[in-house]
Amino acid sequence: MKNPFRSERDAFRFVWLVIGYFVLIVIGYYIDHWLGLAVFVVLSSAAIWFGVLRGRGERPVRQVPAPSPADEHRILVVANETVGGPELLTEIRERSGGRTARVFVVCPALNTPIKTWTSDEDQARAAAQRRLDDSLASMRSVGLEAAGEIGDGDPVQAIEDALRTFRPDELIVSTHPPGRSRWLERGVIERARERFAVPLTHVVVDLDADRTT
Amino acid sequence: MSAAAEAHHGPPPIHYSSRISPAVLGMFLFIASEIMLFGSFFTVYFFDRVANHGVNGHWPPPGFHRPVFSTFINTLILVTSSGTMHWATMAIKRGNRAGLQAGLLLTWLLGVTFLFTQIVEYHRLGFNTGDTSFAATFFGLTGLHGAHVLVGLTILLVMTIRAFRGHFSPEHHHGVEIGGIYWHFVDVMWIVVFVTVYVL
Repeated sequence: MKNPFRSERDAFRFVWLVIGYFVLIVIGYYIDHWLGLAVFVVLSSAAIWFGVLRGRGERPVRQVPAPSPADEHRILVVANETVGGPELLTEIRERSGGRTARVFVVCPALNTPIKTWTSDEDQARAAAQRRLDDSLASMRSVGLEAAGEIGDGDPVQAIEDALRTFRPDELIVSTHPPGRSRWLERGVIERARERFAVPLTHVVVDLDADRTT
Repeated sequence: MSAAAEAHHGPPPIHYSSRISPAVLGMFLFIASEIMLFGSFFTVYFFDRVANHGVNGHWPPPGFHRPVFSTFINTLILVTSSGTMHWATMAIKRGNRAGLQAGLLLTWLLGVTFLFTQIVEYHRLGFNTGDTSFAATFFGLTGLHGAHVLVGLTILLVMTIRAFRGHFSPEHHHGVEIGGIYWHFVDVMWIVVFVTVYVL
Protein backbone atom coordinates (compact mmCIF):
# COMPACT_ATOMS: atom_id res chain seq x y z
CA MET A 1 0.00 0.00 0.00
CA LYS A 2 1.34 3.39 -0.94
CA ASN A 3 1.64 5.80 1.95
CA PRO A 4 -0.56 8.83 1.08
CA PHE A 5 1.56 10.98 3.37
CA ARG A 6 4.88 10.17 1.74
CA SER A 7 5.30 13.65 0.30
CA GLU A 8 3.57 17.00 0.68
CA ARG A 9 2.16 16.67 -2.83
CA ASP A 10 0.67 13.23 -2.02
CA ALA A 11 -0.77 14.54 1.24
CA PHE A 12 -2.37 17.53 -0.53
CA ARG A 13 -3.92 15.19 -3.11
CA PHE A 14 -5.19 13.03 -0.26
CA VAL A 15 -6.93 16.06 1.28
CA TRP A 16 -8.97 16.50 -1.90
CA LEU A 17 -9.75 12.80 -2.13
CA VAL A 18 -11.04 12.85 1.45
CA ILE A 19 -13.18 15.91 0.69
CA GLY A 20 -14.68 14.18 -2.36
CA TYR A 21 -15.22 10.99 -0.35
CA PHE A 22 -17.19 12.73 2.39
CA VAL A 23 -19.10 15.06 0.06
CA LEU A 24 -20.50 12.02 -1.78
CA ILE A 25 -21.35 10.26 1.50
CA VAL A 26 -23.11 13.36 2.87
CA ILE A 27 -25.10 13.85 -0.37
CA GLY A 28 -26.18 10.19 -0.26
CA TYR A 29 -27.01 10.48 3.45
CA TYR A 30 -29.31 13.47 2.92
CA ILE A 31 -31.12 11.76 0.03
CA ASP A 32 -31.61 8.62 2.09
CA HIS A 33 -29.75 7.34 5.13
CA TRP A 34 -29.35 3.89 3.59
CA LEU A 35 -28.02 5.44 0.38
CA GLY A 36 -25.40 7.26 2.45
CA LEU A 37 -24.39 3.95 4.01
CA ALA A 38 -24.24 2.33 0.56
CA VAL A 39 -22.04 5.15 -0.79
CA PHE A 40 -19.80 4.77 2.26
CA VAL A 41 -19.42 1.02 1.69
CA VAL A 42 -18.81 1.38 -2.06
CA LEU A 43 -16.30 4.22 -1.75
CA SER A 44 -14.46 2.55 1.15
CA SER A 45 -14.25 -0.73 -0.79
CA ALA A 46 -12.95 1.15 -3.83
CA ALA A 47 -10.38 2.95 -1.69
CA ILE A 48 -9.17 -0.34 -0.20
CA TRP A 49 -9.00 -1.93 -3.65
CA PHE A 50 -7.03 0.95 -5.16
CA GLY A 51 -4.82 1.47 -2.13
CA VAL A 52 -4.02 -2.07 -1.06
CA LEU A 53 -4.97 -4.74 -3.57
CA ARG A 54 -4.10 -2.88 -6.77
CA GLY A 55 -0.82 -1.67 -5.28
CA ARG A 56 0.29 -5.27 -4.63
CA GLY A 57 -0.31 -6.31 -8.23
CA GLU A 58 1.78 -3.57 -9.79
CA ARG A 59 4.65 -4.90 -11.84
CA PRO A 60 7.99 -3.57 -10.64
CA VAL A 61 10.11 -1.40 -12.88
CA ARG A 62 12.67 -3.43 -14.79
CA GLN A 63 16.14 -2.01 -14.35
CA VAL A 64 18.46 -1.98 -17.33
CA PRO A 65 22.15 -1.78 -16.43
CA ALA A 66 24.73 0.26 -18.32
CA PRO A 67 27.21 -1.84 -20.38
CA SER A 68 30.68 -2.25 -18.90
CA PRO A 69 33.99 -1.89 -20.84
CA ALA A 70 34.71 -4.72 -23.35
CA ASP A 71 37.67 -6.11 -21.38
CA GLU A 72 35.77 -6.19 -18.13
CA HIS A 73 32.98 -8.47 -16.99
CA ARG A 74 30.92 -7.37 -14.01
CA ILE A 75 29.14 -10.01 -12.00
CA LEU A 76 26.77 -9.47 -9.16
CA VAL A 77 26.68 -12.51 -6.88
CA VAL A 78 23.90 -13.00 -4.40
CA ALA A 79 24.36 -15.84 -1.95
CA ASN A 80 24.21 -16.57 1.70
CA GLU A 81 25.24 -19.88 3.28
CA THR A 82 26.41 -21.09 -0.11
CA VAL A 83 28.58 -18.06 -0.75
CA GLY A 84 31.85 -19.96 -0.22
CA GLY A 85 30.92 -23.02 -2.27
CA PRO A 86 33.39 -24.28 -4.92
CA GLU A 87 30.61 -24.50 -7.55
CA LEU A 88 30.10 -20.76 -7.22
CA LEU A 89 33.79 -19.94 -7.67
CA THR A 90 33.98 -22.22 -10.69
CA GLU A 91 30.91 -20.60 -12.22
CA ILE A 92 32.29 -17.09 -11.71
CA ARG A 93 35.59 -18.00 -13.38
CA GLU A 94 33.77 -19.60 -16.30
CA ARG A 95 31.39 -16.68 -16.73
CA SER A 96 34.22 -14.12 -16.91
CA GLY A 97 35.50 -15.85 -20.06
CA GLY A 98 39.09 -14.62 -19.91
CA ARG A 99 38.12 -11.03 -19.25
CA THR A 100 38.86 -9.12 -16.07
CA ALA A 101 36.10 -10.15 -13.72
CA ARG A 102 34.78 -7.59 -11.27
CA VAL A 103 32.65 -9.36 -8.74
CA PHE A 104 30.32 -7.73 -6.29
CA VAL A 105 29.00 -10.07 -3.62
CA VAL A 106 25.81 -9.41 -1.71
CA CYS A 107 25.10 -11.46 1.39
CA PRO A 108 21.49 -10.94 2.50
CA ALA A 109 21.17 -10.60 6.26
CA LEU A 110 18.61 -13.34 6.81
CA ASN A 111 16.35 -12.53 9.69
CA THR A 112 12.88 -13.19 11.07
CA PRO A 113 10.14 -10.73 9.98
CA ILE A 114 9.54 -9.58 13.56
CA LYS A 115 13.21 -8.82 14.12
CA THR A 116 13.42 -7.04 10.77
CA TRP A 117 10.49 -4.76 11.53
CA THR A 118 11.79 -3.96 14.98
CA SER A 119 15.25 -3.20 13.53
CA ASP A 120 16.74 -6.01 15.60
CA GLU A 121 19.07 -7.24 12.91
CA ASP A 122 22.52 -6.82 14.40
CA GLN A 123 23.03 -10.58 14.81
CA ALA A 124 21.81 -11.32 11.29
CA ARG A 125 24.10 -8.67 9.85
CA ALA A 126 27.06 -9.90 11.89
CA ALA A 127 26.55 -13.44 10.57
CA ALA A 128 26.19 -12.15 7.01
CA GLN A 129 29.34 -10.05 7.46
CA ARG A 130 31.33 -13.15 8.50
CA ARG A 131 30.14 -15.05 5.44
CA LEU A 132 30.89 -12.09 3.22
CA ASP A 133 34.43 -11.73 4.60
CA ASP A 134 35.13 -15.45 4.06
CA SER A 135 33.69 -15.29 0.57
CA LEU A 136 35.70 -12.24 -0.47
CA ALA A 137 38.87 -13.80 0.91
CA SER A 138 38.34 -17.02 -1.06
CA MET A 139 37.56 -15.13 -4.28
CA ARG A 140 40.61 -12.90 -3.95
CA SER A 141 42.75 -15.97 -3.26
CA VAL A 142 41.92 -17.25 -6.75
CA GLY A 143 42.64 -13.89 -8.40
CA LEU A 144 39.16 -12.39 -8.66
CA GLU A 145 38.64 -8.69 -8.05
CA ALA A 146 35.89 -8.86 -5.47
CA ALA A 147 34.04 -6.43 -3.27
CA GLY A 148 30.79 -6.81 -1.43
CA GLU A 149 28.21 -5.68 1.04
CA ILE A 150 25.51 -7.00 3.34
CA GLY A 151 22.08 -6.86 1.77
CA ASP A 152 18.46 -6.81 2.76
CA GLY A 153 16.99 -10.03 4.17
CA ASP A 154 14.84 -10.37 1.04
CA PRO A 155 17.32 -11.46 -1.68
CA VAL A 156 15.31 -9.78 -4.48
CA GLN A 157 15.31 -6.53 -2.56
CA ALA A 158 19.02 -6.98 -1.87
CA ILE A 159 19.63 -7.28 -5.63
CA GLU A 160 17.62 -4.11 -6.28
CA ASP A 161 19.60 -2.24 -3.64
CA ALA A 162 22.91 -3.44 -5.08
CA LEU A 163 21.88 -2.42 -8.60
CA ARG A 164 21.70 1.16 -7.45
CA THR A 165 25.46 1.26 -6.99
CA PHE A 166 26.81 -1.63 -9.09
CA ARG A 167 25.92 -2.12 -12.77
CA PRO A 168 26.54 -5.81 -13.55
CA ASP A 169 26.66 -7.57 -16.90
CA GLU A 170 25.12 -10.57 -15.28
CA LEU A 171 23.71 -11.85 -12.08
CA ILE A 172 24.52 -15.08 -10.27
CA VAL A 173 22.24 -16.32 -7.53
CA SER A 174 23.58 -19.20 -5.49
CA THR A 175 21.21 -21.40 -3.54
CA HIS A 176 21.02 -24.74 -1.76
CA PRO A 177 19.65 -27.65 -3.83
CA PRO A 178 15.87 -27.87 -4.40
CA GLY A 179 14.15 -29.21 -1.30
CA ARG A 180 16.62 -27.55 1.04
CA SER A 181 16.53 -24.00 -0.31
CA ARG A 182 14.03 -21.53 1.14
CA TRP A 183 14.90 -19.08 -1.63
CA LEU A 184 13.75 -21.60 -4.23
CA GLU A 185 10.58 -22.26 -2.25
CA ARG A 186 9.84 -18.54 -2.27
CA GLY A 187 10.47 -18.27 -6.02
CA VAL A 188 13.43 -15.92 -5.66
CA ILE A 189 14.93 -16.95 -9.02
CA GLU A 190 11.67 -16.42 -10.93
CA ARG A 191 10.98 -13.11 -9.22
CA ALA A 192 14.48 -11.83 -9.93
CA ARG A 193 14.27 -12.88 -13.60
CA GLU A 194 10.96 -11.07 -13.95
CA ARG A 195 12.10 -7.97 -12.16
CA PHE A 196 15.59 -7.30 -13.51
CA ALA A 197 16.72 -7.01 -17.12
CA VAL A 198 20.06 -8.66 -16.34
CA PRO A 199 21.01 -12.21 -17.45
CA LEU A 200 20.65 -14.42 -14.41
CA THR A 201 22.47 -17.67 -13.72
CA HIS A 202 21.27 -19.94 -10.97
CA VAL A 203 24.03 -21.93 -9.28
CA VAL A 204 23.17 -24.79 -6.97
CA VAL A 205 25.72 -25.41 -4.23
CA ASP A 206 25.39 -28.61 -2.26
CA LEU A 207 27.44 -27.91 0.85
CA ASP A 208 26.74 -31.35 2.36
CA ALA A 209 28.11 -33.11 -0.73
CA ASP A 210 31.11 -30.79 -0.77
CA ARG A 211 31.90 -31.64 2.84
CA THR A 212 31.70 -35.39 2.25
CA THR A 213 34.03 -35.17 -0.78
CA MET B 1 38.06 -6.07 18.91
CA SER B 2 39.07 -5.29 15.35
CA ALA B 3 41.14 -2.25 14.35
CA ALA B 4 38.19 -0.74 12.50
CA ALA B 5 35.97 -1.07 15.54
CA GLU B 6 38.63 0.50 17.75
CA ALA B 7 39.02 3.43 15.37
CA HIS B 8 35.30 4.09 15.26
CA HIS B 9 33.87 6.56 17.74
CA GLY B 10 30.26 7.44 18.38
CA PRO B 11 27.11 5.54 17.51
CA PRO B 12 27.21 2.60 15.08
CA PRO B 13 26.66 3.42 11.40
CA ILE B 14 23.06 3.43 10.22
CA HIS B 15 22.07 0.51 8.03
CA TYR B 16 18.73 0.05 6.33
CA SER B 17 17.24 -1.21 3.12
CA SER B 18 15.25 0.76 0.56
CA ARG B 19 12.37 -1.62 1.39
CA ILE B 20 11.47 0.44 4.43
CA SER B 21 13.39 3.66 5.04
CA PRO B 22 13.36 5.21 8.53
CA ALA B 23 11.45 8.27 7.28
CA VAL B 24 8.66 6.20 5.73
CA LEU B 25 8.50 3.84 8.71
CA GLY B 26 8.37 6.81 11.07
CA MET B 27 5.54 8.40 9.11
CA PHE B 28 3.63 5.09 9.04
CA LEU B 29 4.02 4.68 12.80
CA PHE B 30 2.99 8.28 13.38
CA ILE B 31 -0.15 7.90 11.26
CA ALA B 32 -0.94 4.55 12.90
CA SER B 33 -0.67 6.09 16.37
CA GLU B 34 -2.85 9.04 15.34
CA ILE B 35 -5.48 6.73 13.84
CA MET B 36 -5.56 4.78 17.10
CA LEU B 37 -5.84 7.99 19.12
CA PHE B 38 -8.61 9.53 17.03
CA GLY B 39 -10.18 6.10 16.56
CA SER B 40 -10.64 5.70 20.30
CA PHE B 41 -12.39 9.07 20.50
CA PHE B 42 -14.60 8.23 17.50
CA THR B 43 -15.46 4.88 19.09
CA VAL B 44 -16.69 6.63 22.23
CA TYR B 45 -18.62 9.16 20.14
CA PHE B 46 -20.37 6.52 18.03
CA PHE B 47 -21.11 4.34 21.05
CA ASP B 48 -22.68 7.30 22.80
CA ARG B 49 -24.61 8.24 19.67
CA VAL B 50 -25.99 4.75 19.10
CA ALA B 51 -26.83 4.26 22.77
CA ASN B 52 -28.54 7.63 23.26
CA HIS B 53 -30.19 7.75 19.85
CA GLY B 54 -31.92 4.52 20.65
CA VAL B 55 -33.28 5.93 23.90
CA ASN B 56 -34.30 9.46 22.90
CA GLY B 57 -34.72 9.21 19.12
CA HIS B 58 -32.87 12.51 18.64
CA TRP B 59 -29.27 13.35 17.83
CA PRO B 60 -27.86 15.51 19.23
CA PRO B 61 -29.94 15.19 22.40
CA PRO B 62 -32.69 17.81 22.84
CA GLY B 63 -31.37 21.16 24.04
CA PHE B 64 -28.04 20.88 22.23
CA HIS B 65 -27.39 22.91 19.08
CA ARG B 66 -24.34 22.48 16.86
CA PRO B 67 -23.16 25.61 14.97
CA VAL B 68 -23.03 23.88 11.57
CA PHE B 69 -22.87 26.92 9.28
CA SER B 70 -20.10 28.81 11.09
CA THR B 71 -18.13 25.57 11.45
CA PHE B 72 -18.59 24.90 7.74
CA ILE B 73 -17.05 28.33 7.02
CA ASN B 74 -14.27 27.41 9.44
CA THR B 75 -13.79 24.16 7.53
CA LEU B 76 -13.40 26.11 4.29
CA ILE B 77 -10.77 28.26 6.02
CA LEU B 78 -8.80 25.15 7.01
CA VAL B 79 -9.10 23.59 3.53
CA THR B 80 -7.88 26.88 2.04
CA SER B 81 -4.89 26.77 4.39
CA SER B 82 -3.98 23.38 2.87
CA GLY B 83 -3.96 25.10 -0.53
CA THR B 84 -1.66 27.88 0.67
CA MET B 85 0.60 25.28 2.31
CA HIS B 86 0.87 23.43 -0.98
CA TRP B 87 1.56 26.72 -2.76
CA ALA B 88 4.40 27.45 -0.30
CA THR B 89 5.98 24.03 -0.93
CA MET B 90 5.70 24.36 -4.69
CA ALA B 91 7.16 27.87 -4.49
CA ILE B 92 10.35 26.80 -2.67
CA LYS B 93 10.76 23.86 -5.06
CA ARG B 94 10.84 26.41 -7.89
CA GLY B 95 13.18 28.69 -5.94
CA ASN B 96 10.49 31.32 -5.31
CA ARG B 97 11.30 32.53 -1.79
CA ALA B 98 8.63 35.25 -1.76
CA GLY B 99 6.03 32.61 -2.61
CA LEU B 100 7.29 30.40 0.23
CA GLN B 101 7.13 33.25 2.73
CA ALA B 102 3.68 34.40 1.60
CA GLY B 103 2.33 30.84 1.51
CA LEU B 104 3.57 29.97 5.00
CA LEU B 105 2.41 33.27 6.48
CA LEU B 106 -1.05 32.88 4.95
CA THR B 107 -1.26 29.27 6.15
CA TRP B 108 -0.35 30.31 9.67
CA LEU B 109 -2.87 33.17 9.67
CA LEU B 110 -5.63 30.90 8.34
CA GLY B 111 -4.78 28.31 10.98
CA VAL B 112 -4.91 30.94 13.74
CA THR B 113 -8.26 32.14 12.35
CA PHE B 114 -9.58 28.57 12.46
CA LEU B 115 -8.47 28.03 16.04
CA PHE B 116 -9.71 31.44 17.18
CA THR B 117 -13.11 30.84 15.55
CA GLN B 118 -13.35 27.44 17.25
CA ILE B 119 -12.62 28.98 20.65
CA VAL B 120 -15.28 31.66 20.04
CA GLU B 121 -17.75 28.92 19.05
CA TYR B 122 -16.96 27.04 22.26
CA HIS B 123 -18.01 30.11 24.25
CA ARG B 124 -21.25 30.45 22.26
CA LEU B 125 -22.30 26.80 22.42
CA GLY B 126 -24.24 27.12 25.63
CA PHE B 127 -23.09 23.79 27.05
CA ASN B 128 -19.91 22.57 28.64
CA THR B 129 -17.92 19.36 28.96
CA GLY B 130 -19.87 18.17 32.02
CA ASP B 131 -23.30 18.47 30.38
CA THR B 132 -24.16 14.91 29.27
CA SER B 133 -21.97 12.39 27.48
CA PHE B 134 -22.71 14.08 24.13
CA ALA B 135 -21.07 17.29 25.34
CA ALA B 136 -18.09 15.35 26.67
CA THR B 137 -17.51 13.47 23.42
CA PHE B 138 -18.14 16.64 21.36
CA PHE B 139 -15.52 18.62 23.25
CA GLY B 140 -13.23 15.59 23.36
CA LEU B 141 -13.16 15.12 19.59
CA THR B 142 -13.08 18.77 18.56
CA GLY B 143 -10.67 19.61 21.38
CA LEU B 144 -8.32 16.80 20.41
CA HIS B 145 -8.27 18.16 16.89
CA GLY B 146 -7.78 21.69 18.22
CA ALA B 147 -4.70 20.48 20.10
CA HIS B 148 -3.34 19.11 16.82
CA VAL B 149 -3.99 22.47 15.15
CA LEU B 150 -2.06 24.17 17.96
CA VAL B 151 0.90 21.83 17.38
CA GLY B 152 0.63 22.46 13.63
CA LEU B 153 0.60 26.23 14.19
CA THR B 154 3.75 25.94 16.30
CA ILE B 155 5.47 23.99 13.53
CA LEU B 156 4.21 26.51 10.95
CA LEU B 157 5.48 29.41 13.03
CA VAL B 158 8.96 27.91 13.17
CA MET B 159 8.84 27.21 9.42
CA THR B 160 7.71 30.79 8.71
CA ILE B 161 10.43 32.33 10.87
CA ARG B 162 13.00 30.13 9.18
CA ALA B 163 11.67 31.10 5.74
CA PHE B 164 12.01 34.81 6.56
CA ARG B 165 15.51 34.21 7.90
CA GLY B 166 16.57 32.79 4.55
CA HIS B 167 16.45 29.08 5.34
CA PHE B 168 15.30 26.45 2.83
CA SER B 169 16.22 26.19 -0.85
CA PRO B 170 14.99 24.25 -3.91
CA GLU B 171 17.43 21.46 -2.95
CA HIS B 172 16.93 21.54 0.83
CA HIS B 173 13.36 22.07 1.98
CA HIS B 174 12.70 18.96 4.03
CA GLY B 175 11.41 21.11 6.89
CA VAL B 176 8.71 22.60 4.67
CA GLU B 177 7.79 19.20 3.23
CA ILE B 178 7.38 17.47 6.60
CA GLY B 179 5.52 20.39 8.16
CA GLY B 180 3.22 20.47 5.12
CA ILE B 181 2.45 16.76 5.46
CA TYR B 182 1.50 17.27 9.10
CA TRP B 183 -0.71 20.25 8.24
CA HIS B 184 -2.54 18.27 5.53
CA PHE B 185 -3.02 15.44 8.03
CA VAL B 186 -4.60 17.90 10.48
CA ASP B 187 -6.85 19.10 7.64
CA VAL B 188 -7.92 15.54 6.75
CA MET B 189 -8.71 14.75 10.38
CA TRP B 190 -10.83 17.88 10.67
CA ILE B 191 -12.87 16.92 7.60
CA VAL B 192 -13.57 13.55 9.25
CA VAL B 193 -14.45 15.22 12.58
CA PHE B 194 -16.64 17.87 10.92
CA VAL B 195 -18.63 15.41 8.83
CA THR B 196 -19.02 12.98 11.73
CA VAL B 197 -19.82 15.40 14.55
CA TYR B 198 -21.55 18.28 12.75
CA VAL B 199 -23.10 16.95 9.52
CA LEU B 200 -24.21 13.33 9.90
